[in-house]
Amino acid sequence: MNAIPIELIHIVIAIALVAGFVGLNGLVLVWVERKVAGHVQRRPGPYEVGPNGLLQPLADAAKLVGKQLFTPDGSDKLVFWLAPIVSFLPVMPMFLPMPFSPFLTAMEVNVGLVLILAFAGLNILALCLAGWGSNNKYGLLGAGRAVAQGVAYEIPLLLSVLAVCFMTGSLSLTEIVAAQGNWPWQWNWIYQPIAFILYFTCGVAETNRAPFDLPEAESELVAGFHTEYSGMGFGLFFLAEYAEMIVVCGVATALFLGGWKGPGAAGAWWFLLKLYVLLVIMIWFRWTYPRTRFDQLLNLCWKWLLPLSILNLLVTALVIKL
Amino acid sequence: MTRTINPDYIRGDLYTQRFEQGKRENTLILNMGPQHPSTHGVLRVVLEMDGEYIVRAEPVLGYLHRMHEKMAEVKSYVGFMPNMGRVDYLHPLAWNWSYAGAVERLAGIEVPRRAEFLRVIATELNRISSHLLWWGAYLLDLGAFTPIMYAFEDREILMDILQRPTGARLTYSYFRLGGVGADMDERCLRQILDFVPYLRKKLPVYKDLVTDNVILRKRLEGVGDMDVDMCRRYGATGPILRGAGLASDTRLNETYSVYNEIDFDIPSFPETDAMARYMVRIREIEESLKIVEQAVAMIPEGEILIKGAPKPNWKAPAGEAYFATEGARGKVGVWVVSDGGKSPYRIKLRAPGFSNLSLFAEASQGTLLADAVAIMGSIDMVIPEIDR
Amino acid sequence: MNALKSFWKNIASLWSLIVGLQVTGKAFCGPQVTVHYPRQTVGPEGLEGFRGHMELVPSVKDPAIPKCISCMMCATSCPSKCLTVVKQKEPKPTEEQLKAMAEAEARGEKVKKLSAPKNPAQFIYDFSLCSFCNTCVENCPVGSIRFTTNVYFATTNKADLQMNLVERLAKQAASGKTVPGEKPKKAAKTETAQSEA
Ligand code: SF4
Ligand code: SF4
Repeated sequence: MNAIPIELIHIVIAIALVAGFVGLNGLVLVWVERKVAGHVQRRPGPYEVGPNGLLQPLADAAKLVGKQLFTPDGSDKLVFWLAPIVSFLPVMPMFLPMPFSPFLTAMEVNVGLVLILAFAGLNILALCLAGWGSNNKYGLLGAGRAVAQGVAYEIPLLLSVLAVCFMTGSLSLTEIVAAQGNWPWQWNWIYQPIAFILYFTCGVAETNRAPFDLPEAESELVAGFHTEYSGMGFGLFFLAEYAEMIVVCGVATALFLGGWKGPGAAGAWWFLLKLYVLLVIMIWFRWTYPRTRFDQLLNLCWKWLLPLSILNLLVTALVIKL
Repeated sequence: MTRTINPDYIRGDLYTQRFEQGKRENTLILNMGPQHPSTHGVLRVVLEMDGEYIVRAEPVLGYLHRMHEKMAEVKSYVGFMPNMGRVDYLHPLAWNWSYAGAVERLAGIEVPRRAEFLRVIATELNRISSHLLWWGAYLLDLGAFTPIMYAFEDREILMDILQRPTGARLTYSYFRLGGVGADMDERCLRQILDFVPYLRKKLPVYKDLVTDNVILRKRLEGVGDMDVDMCRRYGATGPILRGAGLASDTRLNETYSVYNEIDFDIPSFPETDAMARYMVRIREIEESLKIVEQAVAMIPEGEILIKGAPKPNWKAPAGEAYFATEGARGKVGVWVVSDGGKSPYRIKLRAPGFSNLSLFAEASQGTLLADAVAIMGSIDMVIPEIDR
Repeated sequence: MNALKSFWKNIASLWSLIVGLQVTGKAFCGPQVTVHYPRQTVGPEGLEGFRGHMELVPSVKDPAIPKCISCMMCATSCPSKCLTVVKQKEPKPTEEQLKAMAEAEARGEKVKKLSAPKNPAQFIYDFSLCSFCNTCVENCPVGSIRFTTNVYFATTNKADLQMNLVERLAKQAASGKTVPGEKPKKAAKTETAQSEA
């Protein structure tokens, strides 16, 4: 009898690898973010710890781990500490169907896209719990914003993704990548430019990055939903945010930018390159733009992005039918 | 485990208790400050909110009160000058000038012409640095992180320039009763002349990065109306008044020193919103550059301090005098009363920020929290100046 | 028509976002403007005019002894009351001198008392109170007090802010690092100040 099915071993190894990938990328992204910020502001950024500040994120992580975990007075302890975990855990399964290369996909699922989008929705719950549990008015306001924003932006995001799925006729990320050519003009972003822009905008909003970082808008809400978190509680939110950025950009790479394909040798390195280009663009946004206002953010979603994405979807469907 | 929470602790301090009276149902009392990131120091605003909308706002002042007025009563006339560098740390030279001007008016001291020009140059440079810092900090309030670094880069040059004659980078006490403390030599003047085109080249870049940015425009346009009537009621001056469309400026309306010999405009915008106030300040930087350029060209040779300038044991003649200058935030007035002794009998400091802040409570009613931050920033508060 | 126009305007205004990215992108590629502190420092040019803590100017004859004549002008005029000047006591006359003095008195001559050396016994400066206003420098009749350009002075001990400037000068002289003082610039001013003192 073989008690342990081979599938299970596969998944366990995959999750371990994904955890490693997320952790490592989190560290790298923190460094990239701070370096980009530094250079945009004409200063060196982190420089002291390690060569060119490369070890700075490690030092920061050590600092965060070493900090006292503080539970505010009158907070709902269970909810308060559940929130960072709920925020971070769903990140792992989101990486499973990510097609780094044809051979480097943790789990082939033919509804991979649905899996990712479903788990992405959980993040809103985490922010809501965090704001609610911490017995802080700023946290509450931040949670309210997070829910309104997350729910609103999920819709155009889904619709723009659907347009691509219509074209390929599949919900599997691997198949969508396989359907695209090797050269940049054979990728989906040429056929679906509007969907690409919509997706990226919504992705920025979904991950609460500037200029849509309203749930944590520090000049208005101090730190929004994570005002009361210290140490690793804050660290987990932080890591989850970066992991979600990677997911959003990874999906964008697979859907619109041809995934692992590229001129010359196709492979995981093309995927990572494109992923990081998108990430840097996202970071670049943050250090350039002021923050939008809350009502404007929702207006933008309901009045512009949603109609546009529906229109885009209809046109795509029409073209495919013809 | 049951916990009892001290009821006094829940009720809050005096301000919160008073504030709670007459509240509506379903509102949230939110304390913004005294340690909130966008109140720039230790201002506290008690907000009554309906969701994200502000029903009522009440600024609570006094966390940074340092009794400058009282200190004046025990210091010598000369010895009070360093205090004037610390009332408003962003535009200390306007305060320097108001105080020096008031005492000079009281004692009938004539300031040498070169000193007048030096005062104009230094004050205008200081105004630019004050506006630059406001610009950066305001955008920080609005969520853009980068501009403040660019602003500091330019400010750094200004501080280097001003450091040589004044000896300080922030809290200047450069003026003396009857002149200024030190001369600006050729090198310093040349640095200033080099700085003018440098900043002129930088300003369009900032316009591209920030002023024209659609997100910023959407956030500022039509937000925080403060019209002329409101300004009159609260006594608002400076960029707020000019942003309401009234081109009123102490430098020309009650002209002092050599400002009437220099050709410059008073920018004013009639839109009365936060964007108008923003534009006024940006245009004022350009106008200040113009003033500095002309003043450097016109500066005569001569003394920088009158002969027999007041010493620390100097006694002012009995009487009283008032002198107002245009600071970066509005009209800076100092009223000096002397009984003929070594130290002033009474000094009253008129801080523009104090009057300007009183508009906030009215202007922020019914706006979103994010708008309140935008309005508060557009007032350009310096808390030490408001509390004195 | 109007709706269309505003629609188009909204779309066109998105261009400003790209312009903004261009600006920050250019800055990203451009050089850095900050000084990497421990590896680079601001040159003496940049420190000119900076007011650090006070120091005493050594006299021309002896670099360990300040020019100061203990006139107390600085201490009395300082608005922050951060200077304390302690004058030197008259030295005790030696036996011979005492004898000479007694003889002189017996002869009915005017007795010449020994005068104390003019330089101060102690010159305490409280850095934590100083407001860097320059009043003391302006009022010193002999130009014996001046600012250093020491920007790097930092301490975790509050007692370090109480500086004994006479001692500091002596130490500097011992290590041969004194900076000679300039001549007092305004002769006329010096005279009036002295007569006042
Ligand atoms: S600079 Fe001013 S405060 Fe400092 S010691 Fe001299 S007189 Fe006193
Ligand atoms: S004013 Fe000058 S000479 Fe007089 S005590 Fe002070 S340092 Fe010495």
